[in-house]
Amino acid sequence: MKLDWKGLGHYFFFGLVVLFMTSVALKAEPKQGPDVTYFKLENGLDVVVIPDRRAPVVTHMVWYRVGAADELPGVSGIAHFLEHLMFKGTEKIAPGEFSKIIARHGGEDNAFTSQDVTAYFQRVAKDKLPMVMEMEADRMANLKLLEKDVLTERDVILEERRSRIENSPSSILSEQLGASLYKNHPYGIPVIGWMHEMAVLNRQNALDHYNKYYAPNNAILVVAGDVSSDEVRTLAEKYYGPIAKGPELEPRKRQLEPPSVAPRRITHKDERAGKLTLQRLYLVPSYKSAPKGDSEALELLMKIAAEGTTSRLYKKLVIEDKLASSTGGGYSASGMEYGNLYLYAMPQSGVSIDKIEAAIDDVLADIVANGVSELELARARNSYIADYIYGNDSQSGLARRYGFALATGWSIQDIESYPTRLKAVTPEDIQQVAGKYLDLKASVTGVLQPILKQTAEVKGTQ
Amino acid sequence: MKHFLRCKSYGERGLNLFFSKLFQMVFSPVLNRLVFGVILSLLLVTKSAHAMKVEKVTSPLGIEAWLVQESNVPLIAMQFSFKGGAAQDSTGKEGATYLLSGMLDEGAGDLTSTAFQEKIEELTVRMSFEASRDHFSGNFQTLSERKEEGFSLLKLALTKPRFDEDALDRVRKQILASLQFEANNPQNVATRAWFKSAYKDHVYGRPTKGTPESLNGLGREDLSDVYGKIFTREHLKIAVVGDISAKELGIILDDVFGGLPDKSGIKDIAEAAPVFGGAEVDMIEMGVPQSVIQFGHQAVKRADDDFIPAYILNYILGGGGFASRLMEEVREKRGLAYSIYSYLYPLEKSSLILGGMATKNSSVNEAMALIRSEFKRMSNEGPTAEEFQNAKNYLTGSYALRFDTSSKIASQLLWIQVEGLGVDYIEKRNDMINDVSLDQIKDVAKRLLDGDKLRFTIVGSPSQG
Repeated sequence: MKLDWKGLGHYFFFGLVVLFMTSVALKAEPKQGPDVTYFKLENGLDVVVIPDRRAPVVTHMVWYRVGAADELPGVSGIAHFLEHLMFKGTEKIAPGEFSKIIARHGGEDNAFTSQDVTAYFQRVAKDKLPMVMEMEADRMANLKLLEKDVLTERDVILEERRSRIENSPSSILSEQLGASLYKNHPYGIPVIGWMHEMAVLNRQNALDHYNKYYAPNNAILVVAGDVSSDEVRTLAEKYYGPIAKGPELEPRKRQLEPPSVAPRRITHKDERAGKLTLQRLYLVPSYKSAPKGDSEALELLMKIAAEGTTSRLYKKLVIEDKLASSTGGGYSASGMEYGNLYLYAMPQSGVSIDKIEAAIDDVLADIVANGVSELELARARNSYIADYIYGNDSQSGLARRYGFALATGWSIQDIESYPTRLKAVTPEDIQQVAGKYLDLKASVTGVLQPILKQTAEVKGTQ
Repeated sequence: MKHFLRCKSYGERGLNLFFSKLFQMVFSPVLNRLVFGVILSLLLVTKSAHAMKVEKVTSPLGIEAWLVQESNVPLIAMQFSFKGGAAQDSTGKEGATYLLSGMLDEGAGDLTSTAFQEKIEELTVRMSFEASRDHFSGNFQTLSERKEEGFSLLKLALTKPRFDEDALDRVRKQILASLQFEANNPQNVATRAWFKSAYKDHVYGRPTKGTPESLNGLGREDLSDVYGKIFTREHLKIAVVGDISAKELGIILDDVFGGLPDKSGIKDIAEAAPVFGGAEVDMIEMGVPQSVIQFGHQAVKRADDDFIPAYILNYILGGGGFASRLMEEVREKRGLAYSIYSYLYPLEKSSLILGGMATKNSSVNEAMALIRSEFKRMSNEGPTAEEFQNAKNYLTGSYALRFDTSSKIASQLLWIQVEGLGVDYIEKRNDMINDVSLDQIKDVAKRLLDGDKLRFTIVGSPSQG
């Protein structure tokens, strides 16, 4: 389990709800949420406008349809590294000035990279929208990198990797599980990159990635907040319109997985492990790649089986049998080619991993054999619909919801037709996908195992 | 806490997002919601065209809440706070208040734990509780269409918690498990050790979650005791944002909170007088490739006249992300860390300026020297006129960003009340920031900051670097 995620919750929240929230736009019912408009500039830039007039602020985001999984072999981490380097200046903006300019205009900015997307955003008072658009458009076309800035920033991402992965045994295990789940597809390579490859990334690697992928026809502009569609169109044409279209990119095509023939198992022993923990991943399709209806059923299956304190897993292992102190799970569905089902459990002291694993398998087998009830299904479905409505309260959350979906190949129509499909899921569908996808051959199970060590102690004052 | 213990792993639905920058919250476990609220409340800016009407609602029974009506989103957000937090725990009962924060949705009235959790889900309400050192707070949201049932459930949680042995034992074990992880997490170890070494035996020096020994000794009666002392109307503050009228809210306030006792049972805690000086460094060996550095010294309390200048000063020193000197020197110029930050941490009986970073073991000494010298430089020279103006521009200009969701507005309104600042605070705050002069801030810098008094805690293996 990630022990640092509490603080990151507000970020991950957006990410995590992106797809199912986009998905649950209630079509057959009175419209929930904003009136979203979409248009395209002549140079190919997609534009989405999400009105939210409650506060005089806007969220401005540019999404590129490129992520870590699009990297060339040998330069893992370059998508994320370039994302950092995008703050290093252009002809007009001096190195390191980008964020400072935003800040002294009362704004906040950041950027992030996932396997499939890279996105940049600013949150500013509405009258600053033209300024941030000009700046973002400028760095879409005119990035200027100095060798010394590249080298310094490389040290920064190496520290970032140490913070996120090397210093955390559970992250080390998660990274190993991911690498093992994918035998051929690039999702097995961590977004931040492998240390030995990150350590030799250079300016040219970054520029190659930039020149290939950063162009209006590979980007989506999302503006949410106190602004009209017409205003955004005028500004977008002024600032992004003049940028030349880039070369046509080939469809994003990553190498696919061979059939899964054997369960995999990883044990990571670490003196800093804290508590014995079990994690498991199953390779399954994503929203984007699943056969009709399967991803909706998987979503609800995992909600019923493993997510939260009302799940079958928690009720059985934690509350009734007291084998585990906590359990959890869910469906990671946002990838372009693959998703995964994930489970974790932390055994009570004295309970073995074998026993926990058998108990988990019993819970899953019961669903495969006997299905779920209408009541469980209704509760799970309601939960998602409520998440969607709560999500409408946040303009930056809305911007991410739409941006992420479009950047990973959804159309607005895909988004809006999802609720009907969600509502169509029956208990039989859930039982069917449980039988189809809860296949140990397509899984990897990880054990985080503490080993004895000398207790850390304060050595005193120097 | 619930989320921490029970939520998903793998970075939520497998979407691992890697950011260019971390904000300070991420690496500072002590920066709880209370503190964050306090800090943010300073960012409120005014003179904006944005007309947000805050109503003071007083219920028939005399319970007060601040309300912003908002009908565009079909939900209601309520946040409330009681005075008294982990600092109220008796000696040997450390962690009792934190444990209480995990027990309020573990069964109430006729509903046992599972039934209660299922009810939350069925009604699609959201409910969470947090214990900081000085306060106990609650965060509640309901869809407007379920508001009657939603608030009834909140009332049940607040007035009839069951504290079943079974649930108590489960939550205790979850906290014990989290302590075991934290004991191996260099950031958690550093924070805990820093507070211990700064505050020694004062209640602020104790871990809010308690220790394995204290947790194992806590029983139902301890929960009831803490609950009885803290859950009263005496220092109750409430903020509400959403699709609800003042009249309707008045009735709900009485229904949900009316049954609580009038008088708070919390005790006054002693003023904390940590001693800083002598350039202390606590070294804790841990076999990690990257050392965590925690640093800080005394600052000024929220009510101090110097607080706002100090707040601006901290923005320039280490609070302003890429606009701050620490980030410039440590990350931008030298690539020594992914993140470095500082922040003011005003408590009821003390106040700190705290900061943190993480760097490879071989860079620890260089990083510490830089932090010290930046504190000294700021103390000696103060900010430049340009830095000062930029800081004011950010702090005033970013006002509206704090008010763009119902929960954020509720959070602001709550902490303005907790700090006793008055409804007009929102309108006055920008002027208060703009009225600070460069001379004033230089004077505060000289008095407040002292590189020689910084206390450092290092967790890692710097000697292996």
